Amino acid sequence: MSSSVPVKPRRGVILGGALIASAVMLTVSTVAFADDILKIGVLGVMSGPDAAWGLVSKYSAEATAAMYNEQGGVEIGGKKYKIEIDSVDDQADPKLAVTGAQRLILQDGIKYMIGPNVDSTIASAQPIAEKYDVMMFSYSFTRSLFSPPHLNTVLGIIPGYQTGPVVFKYLQDHEGLKSVAFVVLNTAEALKQRDESVAAAGKLGLEVISSTDTYEEGATDFFPVMSKVVGGNPGLIVLSGVSPADAPKLIKAARQLDYKGLLEAETAQDINILDQVAGDAAEGFISLGGASTPEIQSDYMTSFIDHYKKIAGEWNDEAGTKAYALEMILKTLQKAGPAAIADTELFKKTIPDFSAPNPFIKGDQELRYVGEAYFQQKRQIGLPMVINTVAGGAFKTLFVGTVQ
Amino acid sequence: MQQILFNGLVLSASYAVIALGITLIFSIMNILNFAHGQMFMVGGFAAYYVYGRFHLPFVVGLIVATIGVGAIGVLFEILFFRRVRRAANREENSILLAVGTALLLENLALFAFGEKERGVPDVVDGVLRVGSAYLPAGRILILAVSVALIAALLLFVQGTKIGRAMRAVAQDREVTLLMGVDIDRISAIGFGIGAGLAGLAGALLVTLSGVSAGMGTTITTKAFVMIMIGGAGVVAGSLLGAVVLGFAEAIGYALLPGSVTYLMIFLALIVFLIVRPQGIMGKPWG
Repeated sequence: MSSSVPVKPRRGVILGGALIASAVMLTVSTVAFADDILKIGVLGVMSGPDAAWGLVSKYSAEATAAMYNEQGGVEIGGKKYKIEIDSVDDQADPKLAVTGAQRLILQDGIKYMIGPNVDSTIASAQPIAEKYDVMMFSYSFTRSLFSPPHLNTVLGIIPGYQTGPVVFKYLQDHEGLKSVAFVVLNTAEALKQRDESVAAAGKLGLEVISSTDTYEEGATDFFPVMSKVVGGNPGLIVLSGVSPADAPKLIKAARQLDYKGLLEAETAQDINILDQVAGDAAEGFISLGGASTPEIQSDYMTSFIDHYKKIAGEWNDEAGTKAYALEMILKTLQKAGPAAIADTELFKKTIPDFSAPNPFIKGDQELRYVGEAYFQQKRQIGLPMVINTVAGGAFKTLFVGTVQ
Repeated sequence: MQQILFNGLVLSASYAVIALGITLIFSIMNILNFAHGQMFMVGGFAAYYVYGRFHLPFVVGLIVATIGVGAIGVLFEILFFRRVRRAANREENSILLAVGTALLLENLALFAFGEKERGVPDVVDGVLRVGSAYLPAGRILILAVSVALIAALLLFVQGTKIGRAMRAVAQDREVTLLMGVDIDRISAIGFGIGAGLAGLAGALLVTLSGVSAGMGTTITTKAFVMIMIGGAGVVAGSLLGAVVLGFAEAIGYALLPGSVTYLMIFLALIVFLIVRPQGIMGKPWG
C-alpha cells in the first residue's frame, strides 16, 4: 500500500470546500439582505363606534408599506428593508393602549409607531414610548401631548384650532362671513377644539351666535340639536370634532330646517357617506381634506389610493390625511441613516432641518416638520391644509393653506 | 314650540319601535337582550343593501330585515339561550351570554361590512311647513310607520293565540307550562319576534340615522333607559318610556345647553329609580 497522498485531490478538496463555503455565505447574505425587516407599529381604535379612525391608520400604513415592498423595500443607507406593519386594537381604552404599547415595544421590538387616535390613549401610551425611546405619530389635538417634555410624539394631522382661523379668514374675505355658531360632539377632545375655534372666531371679529350646543356620542337624530342652532341664523355653522358618520346627518338636519348659510367641519370627512346620507344637502359643505381631489393629487397619490382600496376594499377620504404618517417616518429615516432604525435620538436630531418633496400632491411642495408656534418644538407633520368643498357630489379643492 | 313637539313625536316613535323588541324578549324569557342594538344594526345593514345598493323598494328592505334578524333571534334562542337556561340556575349566565352575542354580532358586522358609516336617501322627499315647524316628509313617514307597527304588535299580542300564549308565559311561566303550552316554542317565537322588531327598527330608521357596525351599544343603552323608565317587561311601559325619553330629549336640547340635556336625563332617571325602581308601569319586585 502506498503511503503518499496525492497533492491535486487535497487542493481540489480545499478549493471545492472554499467554493461551497462562498456559495453558502453568498446565499446567507443574500437572504439576510432580502429579509431585513423594518417593523412599524400601529396602535389605535379598530373596533366599536370609532373603528374607522384606527382602521384607516392601519390600512394607510399597509398601503404605503405595500408600495415600498413592491420595489423591494425602503432604501435606507444603501440597504433595502421590507416594511412590516404590526397593529394592535386599543378600542380607545387607555388600559388597552398601555398593554398594546407594551406588546408592540417590548415584545415586538417596535421603535416607530403610528397612533393612538385619542387624547386618553395617547396620554397612556406616551410614558411607555418615552421610557423605551419610541417615536409615536399620533392623532389628537391636545397641545400638551406634543409639547416639551414630550419629545417622542408627533402630530399627524391638522387640528381644528389650526384650520379654524384659516377657513374663517377665507370665508370672511370671499363670502362676507359675519357670524358663526358651533355644534360639537360632547367629548373632552371635541369641546377643547370648539373652545379654540371660538377664540379664533372672536379674534377675527366674527359674532359667535352660539357655542354651547352639543350632542351625545352615538346620537342618531340631530333634529333637536340643529333646530336650536339654526334658529339663531348664523352665517356659518361649524361642526367641531364631528366624525364622518355624524357630519352628513347634521348637514341634512340643518338643510331640512331650511338653513341657507354655510356649513363647515374642522375634521376630514368622507364624500361617499356625505353623498349617501346627506345627498344634495351636502352641496357647498366645507371640510378639511387630504390630497385626494383629482385636481391636486399626484400619480403617487393615485397609486396609494389603488393600494388602499386593495387592502381596505374601498377608499376612505380620511386616508388622504393619514397617508402621510408612514411616508414621513420612512423619509426621515432615509435622511437620518440606518442607525436611526434602532436609535430614535438620531431620528429626532433630523427633524428640525428635515425637508423632502411631498409625493402626494402635484407641484413642488415640500414636506417638513412644523408646529413651533403651537408646541414650542417641531412636532407636527407639515401637511398641506387642503380645504375642500362638496360640488356635484364630489370633493373639490377650495384652497390649499398651510399650518404656518 | 311646534318644532319641539314634532321632534319629540318623531323621537318617541323611533324609540318606541326600538324598545318594543327588547321588552318582548324580557317579558317572555326574563333575559335582557344586550344584543338588541346589534340586531338593530344588522337590520339597518339589510335595508342599506336591499334599498340603498340593490335599489329594491324600501318595503322589501323592511321585510328582509325583519325576517333575517328574526331568524337570527330564533337561532340564538335555540342554540344558545335555551341550553344555558337549562344548564344554569343563575340569571347572570344568560346576561353574560347576551353580552357575548352582542360582541359576536358587532365583530361579524365589522368584518362583513367594514368600519364605514352607510346611509340611504330618504324614501320620500320634501319638507312640509306647519306654523313655525319644519316637517320633513321622510320623518313623517317614519312616524306613521312606527305608529302602525306599534298598533300591529299590540293587536298581535292581545288578539292572537300566540300573542295570548306569550302574555301567559310573561305572567307565569310555570303555570303556563302546566296548562300544556309548549314553552320552548313560544320562547323561540318570542325571541324571534323581539329580534325581528329590532331589525325592523334598524331598517326603518336607517334613512334617519344611517348604520355602522359600532352603533349597537348606544341603541341598547337607550333601550334599557326606556324600559327602566316604563317598567321592564311591560309593553305599555316601554312605550311610555319611549315617549318620556323622546320628549325629554327634544325639550332638553331646545332649552338647555346640549351637554346638560343628557346629564339631566340621567340624573332624573337615577332619582326616579330610587323612588320607583320598578318603573312607571312595572310590578314591584318580589
